[in-house]
Amino acid sequence: MSRSREHLTLRLLASLVGLAAALPFGYLVWRTNEYGWSGALDVAVSARSLRLLTSTIGLAVAVTASAVAISLPVAWLTVRTDLPARRFWTVVTALPLAVPTYVGAWTVIGALGPRGMLAEILGVGSIPSLYGFWGAWAVLTLFSYPYVLLTVRAAWSRLDPALEEASRVLGRSGTETFIRVVLPQLRPALTGGSLLVALYTLSDFGAVTMLRYDTFTRAIYVQYRGALDRGAAAVLGLILVILTIVVLSGEQRFRRSEVVHRLHGGGARTAPLVRLGAWRATATVGLSALVTLSLVVPVTVIAYWLIRGIRADEPVLPGVNLIVNSLGVSLLAAVATTIAAVPVVLFVRRSPGRLANVVERLSWSGYALPGVVVALALVFFGASVLPVAYQTIGMLVFAYAVLFLPQAIGAVRASLAQVTPSIEEASLLLGVPRRETFRRVLLPLLRPGLGAGAGLVFLTAMKELPATLLLAPTGFSTLATRVWNATNEGFLGRAAGPALALVALSSVPMAVFLARSELRAEQTAQTVNAGAAEPSESTITA
Amino acid sequence: MTPSRALSSLIGFSALALSSCGGDDSVTLYSGRGEDLVQPVVDACAASTGLNIVVRYGDSAEMLLLIQEEGDNSPADVYFSQGAGFLGLLSADGGLLPLDESVLSRVGDDNLVSPNRDWVGITGRARTVAYNSDRLSADDLPASFADFTDPAWTGRIGWAPTNASFQDHVTALRTLLGEDGARTWLEGIMANDPIAYGGNTQVLEAVAAGEVEVGFVNHYYLYRFLAEDPDFPVANRFYTDGDPGALVNVAGAGVLATADDPDAASTLVDCLLSDASQRYLAEAHFELPVVDSIEPWSDLPRLDTLTLPAFDLNRLADLQGTVDLLIEVGAL
Repeated sequence: MSRSREHLTLRLLASLVGLAAALPFGYLVWRTNEYGWSGALDVAVSARSLRLLTSTIGLAVAVTASAVAISLPVAWLTVRTDLPARRFWTVVTALPLAVPTYVGAWTVIGALGPRGMLAEILGVGSIPSLYGFWGAWAVLTLFSYPYVLLTVRAAWSRLDPALEEASRVLGRSGTETFIRVVLPQLRPALTGGSLLVALYTLSDFGAVTMLRYDTFTRAIYVQYRGALDRGAAAVLGLILVILTIVVLSGEQRFRRSEVVHRLHGGGARTAPLVRLGAWRATATVGLSALVTLSLVVPVTVIAYWLIRGIRADEPVLPGVNLIVNSLGVSLLAAVATTIAAVPVVLFVRRSPGRLANVVERLSWSGYALPGVVVALALVFFGASVLPVAYQTIGMLVFAYAVLFLPQAIGAVRASLAQVTPSIEEASLLLGVPRRETFRRVLLPLLRPGLGAGAGLVFLTAMKELPATLLLAPTGFSTLATRVWNATNEGFLGRAAGPALALVALSSVPMAVFLARSELRAEQTAQTVNAGAAEPSESTITA
Repeated sequence: MTPSRALSSLIGFSALALSSCGGDDSVTLYSGRGEDLVQPVVDACAASTGLNIVVRYGDSAEMLLLIQEEGDNSPADVYFSQGAGFLGLLSADGGLLPLDESVLSRVGDDNLVSPNRDWVGITGRARTVAYNSDRLSADDLPASFADFTDPAWTGRIGWAPTNASFQDHVTALRTLLGEDGARTWLEGIMANDPIAYGGNTQVLEAVAAGEVEVGFVNHYYLYRFLAEDPDFPVANRFYTDGDPGALVNVAGAGVLATADDPDAASTLVDCLLSDASQRYLAEAHFELPVVDSIEPWSDLPRLDTLTLPAFDLNRLADLQGTVDLLIEVGAL
């Protein structure tokens, strides 16, 4: 394939993906147009919208900031220190991502709410209320911080310590080195992860509803569910899309200099481990507290309901078909979404410019929208344009791809940023055709990003609810829809089994993936370090 | 294979794998009522009628949005809604087919049937005031539901303003008390700082825990708690005699205008009104049967003994006005 043909194919594929992802956006514009733009303007500048704007942005900023504040130290501890049981902590600090926020909110209320298990254990009538901003902030932080942690950890473990050593040798303190050398290199990962958290917060419905905090997404649901008003809901949805695009433009500007690959070939040496010394206990206590709140509490509460369910003779075991359905569609979604992300990422990297910016923003446009908006857009599109595919697995997987594309894009992009272009150029110079170069050189280098992206999409698809309820083939249930159905009618005991299965089935593949990549990193480190100076003697003490 | 070809073949394969689903003689039910409640009835009806019934479960409002968004291509045949308001909306849009008199005549009270004869109530769900029976007796409650605006109730009321049943009740109040009357009532309640919960179940838990003393709920949730814990310290107060607290809403069903086989669809609706279905819904889920021959569970009142305010359930379709009013008074 010639260079220009390759360029054209890439451009075409990326634009197609961008257009598909923009379907919800287009639908909202169309519905708003039907509603009337002057009415839309009234809704947009009403006192209520402005209040929602403040409360929504406030929550997104607070959740993102605290996710970063948790992730940086946890990433450092698990990547750069001699923390005891490091691999165990690496895995369990990422697992809260397997807990859906609607289950998380439900269990946090069950455990810490005014009538929760804690109040029962302490024998007090009520404990300080966790409803409102603080509750929503806490729950969203606890169950979404791994988006930042995973990306930052991955980037940190691949940093070349030589730069930090140079900084120290030149007389900079540890703190200065962190701020001026390490942080800038982590910036793409930090912004990528933060973006996922911020936009996730904008789109979340489960946690803010259960914890009674008013956001745009909740207001959209009030219009849909209360008034069946698709027009007013569309206006609010459009504001969310615009908000997303503003955030994204900021991020695009911020990451302009996102080239963090090394100029010369060869792998980075692994950094010597920092000895925590007396701080090991403190670190362990901190990590235990984090994991208790974000993982042990939810699992304990679900187990408690499970036992209550068994005692009341409720059916508690999830059907095998639910497990097969959940795993099947989530795997398909992971594969399809990651494949769709590749042309977008390559196009943005190779032909930066206006079209690339537009394609990238369109790819993200649906991510901050509540699932029900995206689902209804695709219902409309599917039923009227593609009735053959409507309510098939294919359509559901397509919906997942539209919803979660940014997760795959973020992960693949982070990988590509670390690929030295000269490697590809060398392959081409040696006469390897472009297609072969792509397959034999680029793809293997992108593998960590492809794996991470697919993993994130898999996890999120396992939890997904609104699109699954509306777009799955009729009669097709998943673990998530089963949990929803049971809790909706107040049958907590019946929800516990599927909820536990959902968390476990999401956790296991992630744990295996993390443990394996950890192992691989260690093996590579041994080979690379074999020729380097003896690392154990050059460790820096904290 | 290029990425896009892989993607399209994947989608194509799945579409192929599923196109065999849903053959002839099948009825597609969009249910706004939960699987735990409906599936046993559906299984029994499939057995007794020989129909192949497939069900999509979801929120009542979202199932209606789905039907509207699907338009003429909707695969749905029957819509089963939690409340009359959504059915009234669909009826007003001409989205429902008239039902056979043989089906409608199963229901004793004409108030529980659409005035357009195109949907029918399946069970009654009374609005009640649940109170903490350790702290209050029935006599402590105001004689009329309208009097919860008394400042004596400050900080003692729990409600679920986003809940569809609550919103239906407010729509009823707008008709019974007039727009201004309903606004004054809501403002009076808001002045008493009610605590808002996500749904009826949470309101009941709060009443039991003494977080609030009374809650505005549907009658049947309480009996689920009592079945698990006979000492659950909550009781229901049913308002009657034309009081604004006495709304009985119905969960109802109708055959959609887009139904492929209206006769089969109508058979399903008919089966939901059969003695077996009505008995199951009454005894396992404590809802009020609409068929005269079936008695309600335990000492729950019969629908025909609840004196209801003269009221046309189709009026519940004015949902937008209610949401606007609730937003205006700051309840949403």
